[in-house]
Amino acid sequence: MKKKIVYEIKALYRDDLRITGYEFGKGKKSVCIVGCSRGNEVQQLYVCSQLVKRLKKLEEEGKLTAGHRILVIPSINPYSMNIKKRFWPTDNTDINRMFPGYDLGETTQRIAAGVFGAIKDYTYGMQFTSFYMPGRFTPHVRMMKVGYEDVELAKQFGMPYVVLRNTRPYDTTTLNYNWQIWDTKAFSIYTATTTQIDRESAAQAIRAILNFLAKQGILTYHGHDGYRSMVVEDTDMVPVRTKTAGIFEGIVRVGEEVSKGQPLANILDPYEGEVKEQLTAPVDGIVFFAHDDPLTYANTAVYKLITREA
Amino acid sequence: MIKTICSVGLPVDETLEIRKRRITPTGRKGEKKQLKRISVVTGIHGDELEGQYVCFQLARRIKAEKEKLTGIVDLYPAMNPLGIDSITRGIPAFDLDMNRLFPGNRDGDMTEYIAAKIMEDIDGSEVCIDIHASNIFLTEIPQIRINELHKEKLIPLARHTNVDFIWVHGASTVLESTLAHSLNSRGVPTLVVEMGVGMRITRNYCDQLVEGILNLMREMGMWQGETLTPRVPIISENYQDVSYLNASTSGIFVPEVKHWERLKKGDLIGNIIDPLKGQVLDEVIAPVDGILFTIREYPVVDAGSLLGRILRQEALAGSAQEE
Repeated sequence: MKKKIVYEIKALYRDDLRITGYEFGKGKKSVCIVGCSRGNEVQQLYVCSQLVKRLKKLEEEGKLTAGHRILVIPSINPYSMNIKKRFWPTDNTDINRMFPGYDLGETTQRIAAGVFGAIKDYTYGMQFTSFYMPGRFTPHVRMMKVGYEDVELAKQFGMPYVVLRNTRPYDTTTLNYNWQIWDTKAFSIYTATTTQIDRESAAQAIRAILNFLAKQGILTYHGHDGYRSMVVEDTDMVPVRTKTAGIFEGIVRVGEEVSKGQPLANILDPYEGEVKEQLTAPVDGIVFFAHDDPLTYANTAVYKLITREA
Repeated sequence: MIKTICSVGLPVDETLEIRKRRITPTGRKGEKKQLKRISVVTGIHGDELEGQYVCFQLARRIKAEKEKLTGIVDLYPAMNPLGIDSITRGIPAFDLDMNRLFPGNRDGDMTEYIAAKIMEDIDGSEVCIDIHASNIFLTEIPQIRINELHKEKLIPLARHTNVDFIWVHGASTVLESTLAHSLNSRGVPTLVVEMGVGMRITRNYCDQLVEGILNLMREMGMWQGETLTPRVPIISENYQDVSYLNASTSGIFVPEVKHWERLKKGDLIGNIIDPLKGQVLDEVIAPVDGILFTIREYPVVDAGSLLGRILRQEALAGSAQEE
């Protein structure tokens, strides 16, 4: 294992910003794994730290295939994490909306350019990312439909689901999109949480990555083979939206099977405690995403269900 | 008349309402459906306040000579009321840039729903002015920014608005989700004004734009009152016209020149200093001849922070500024 600084900026009063990478093996640039890009992505940091620990051990045991290089960058934004802010400390920009970056541009454009310059030539790229709404996910691999995404390859992670979604205008500046444009086979990996550590789904994600790398001949790993992934289009998921705002009382959890008409959650009056609204399952399905904030706004998709037909 | 265009309940004893003020000509009730309408929008970014004074003054000017009004004026001073009232640029709680949500979705999340309702309400306007105030970091000369995709339609309108500068920029996929792009794509000509600085009101810029909006309304047949002859703006359509000054290092930026000042290549624009060590870390030097139309307002800079923009001398040739 070689620890190296991928990118660095000198600060006025704070310690310098260092983006640190961990390199395993020597040879062609085979795999790059990026953890958190936002300051609240603690689970993403945790997963990477555990992965670094595992890869270090595998390397010591001689289980990495010669000729392959693996780079893990646990965080491309330690500055925000240290002050508990989601986006960049000064101008609130999102580094994951700055790719491929610009080395003569603004600070976060420079960070993106510095990082991207170091990671763009890898064959496989994996990023642990997060959703902007508070909630828990069923662990999955997410891919943007850019025209040459490789769904069969994504299934080799053995995660329960591979989710495909159409690109939106803002996607063109994400790391995942730009990796794909630069011919890296890129995958976003979602575990259950963001701001809280969830050890179970973190372990599942690590197994998935090691399985994937083993299938590509990059290392030797004999673990649980994982799932036969189900491929789901984002548009096929059924959102369950609140009509009203209030205290959110979830009844079902991520991964549960639900039947049409089954109560999913209550929205309570925040002062009088009465049930203002009960949300029920509009279809038979499996809970893919569940809101986990104690309050909810109106019009909010607090659950996303995968139907059996999907 | 004040009308709520969108209303959403918040979790605890509060309703988020987006309101507009409609000013209509007096005594033309039968014709109202045929009247042209101008929408003046501001406050999409909660830390940009220049538009607050523009809305206030525009309404006063129109009310003072209401008989001269021949069109409908819709004023939307607070598109992001939670942001304005909490000194937050984006939509609080979601940390989303509201100007990346358009055209929105009626069946989407709260923020998308609000964006869709705003679009519905402005739709049908003859013209829309979306007033921005840069951000807290940079001061801008009154200018209109136009996506090159819409320049044929928008430059002639922008010329009437009494701004100093019209900047035609390249199309960018990310900007497709702005209010202006969405309205322009839907056939509502929308001009984006950038002027002043975040969290402040620059009265002379606001007054300048109020004159410009009245002049535009006059040109479009919505206002019969007297207006000033508008300034002749510098128009830049070539991306090479603009030279960007980015900080070479982190520090405290102290300018040595004034905003909108003519510069010669080699002039000292300012210093980046380190107060702890008592050192000048870098001298910021003008890389080209031109005029400084953007200047850093907020002193703390990181490596890469924008310190200013210079419109090159070549782009000024033939403009009013040369006279």
